[in-house]
Amino acid sequence: MNSRSRQDVKVMNRSDLTKRLVAQLHKDEAVIGGIGHTNWDLWASGQRLQNFYMLGSMGLAAPIALGVAIAQPHRRVFALEGDGSILMELGALGTIAALSPKNLTVVIFDNGVYQITGSQPTLTSHCTDLVAIAKGCGLTDSYWAKDESHFDQLIQASLASTVPMFIVARTDNQPPAGVTERDTSKIRSRFMQGIASNKDANQHTY
Amino acid sequence: MSTEIQQLNAVESWEQIVLRVLKMNEIKLITYVPDKVLASLIKLLHADDYFTVICPAREEEAVGIVTGAYLGGQRGIVLMQTSGFATLPNALASLAVPYQIPLLMMISERGTLGDFQLGQAIVCRTMRPVLECLGIEHFAITRLDDVEFVVDRMIKQAYATQAPAAMILSPLLTSKANQKK
Repeated sequence: MNSRSRQDVKVMNRSDLTKRLVAQLHKDEAVIGGIGHTNWDLWASGQRLQNFYMLGSMGLAAPIALGVAIAQPHRRVFALEGDGSILMELGALGTIAALSPKNLTVVIFDNGVYQITGSQPTLTSHCTDLVAIAKGCGLTDSYWAKDESHFDQLIQASLASTVPMFIVARTDNQPPAGVTERDTSKIRSRFMQGIASNKDANQHTY
Repeated sequence: MSTEIQQLNAVESWEQIVLRVLKMNEIKLITYVPDKVLASLIKLLHADDYFTVICPAREEEAVGIVTGAYLGGQRGIVLMQTSGFATLPNALASLAVPYQIPLLMMISERGTLGDFQLGQAIVCRTMRPVLECLGIEHFAITRLDDVEFVVDRMIKQAYATQAPAAMILSPLLTSKANQKK
């Protein structure tokens, strides 16, 4: 069904796509923003309580999102990552495929460069195709977003999907629309409040 | 002789004690990257429906999964061997420690007390300095009758203080007891 490759799709804007994604979230869906410009644009899209911003641990947005999805199977969870980040943690795609959570979507913004460190090319700007990799890992519902309206459709579909989805959008090299506030304890406590987990298993007395 | 064997069988193994203490503390999510010393514990955990058991490709993936689960209200642990721990400093220093995640780690200590592998032996020497410079609470369990106390207390302290903790399984616990007397 989907033999589209990286060369065939429109180059879009990460900030615009992030806003489009967030605009479709109406049920307190959790969003994990990967290191760097990915989470800066998530921050700039409006500081939803259900957003978690990673300030390090490059590559771990999808595993963190998987953990949230396991802990809260009734909440939809999104991981937003850059191409450089996901290339560091490709095994995570196999882990997600093996567990096949019904409530997890991984979105990759593929600009082909390590933008934040001076736009050195990543492997995707050579010959690496992330959708092909994800399919090879067993994520059958993996797609290139053809253009903005197709991206919207894919996000819409993921909100009702019963298998994990992997969506890759090619993005340009525009700077992000803002900078995430780097206060880790605030990020954690707001997120836990936003997904109502801080009253559960974490405050035992003995 | 036969009574002696019966008594021996009645004593819980370290693996059984760990499993029981994890349950007592509602640690439902088990993530691991395999290790021979942990194999019998991993087998017991897989066989028990109470636990969700995940074997990701790398230890730092396990750290991400357990961190996410904690943020979502579920308790978990990462099981690994010494060389696996050596892959973790970045994830610990930029995720678990600054975000105050009570990340539980159980590490089987390889590379010491008679290990035949030079690689394991050198990696082993990096473990405690890394734990110490990150300020991560750690304790090596050497005796069977300490397992319950140490594991239970370290779990409780990790959650109470919102901080990672490393429970180190020494060969004194995991290998010595298996040797013929």
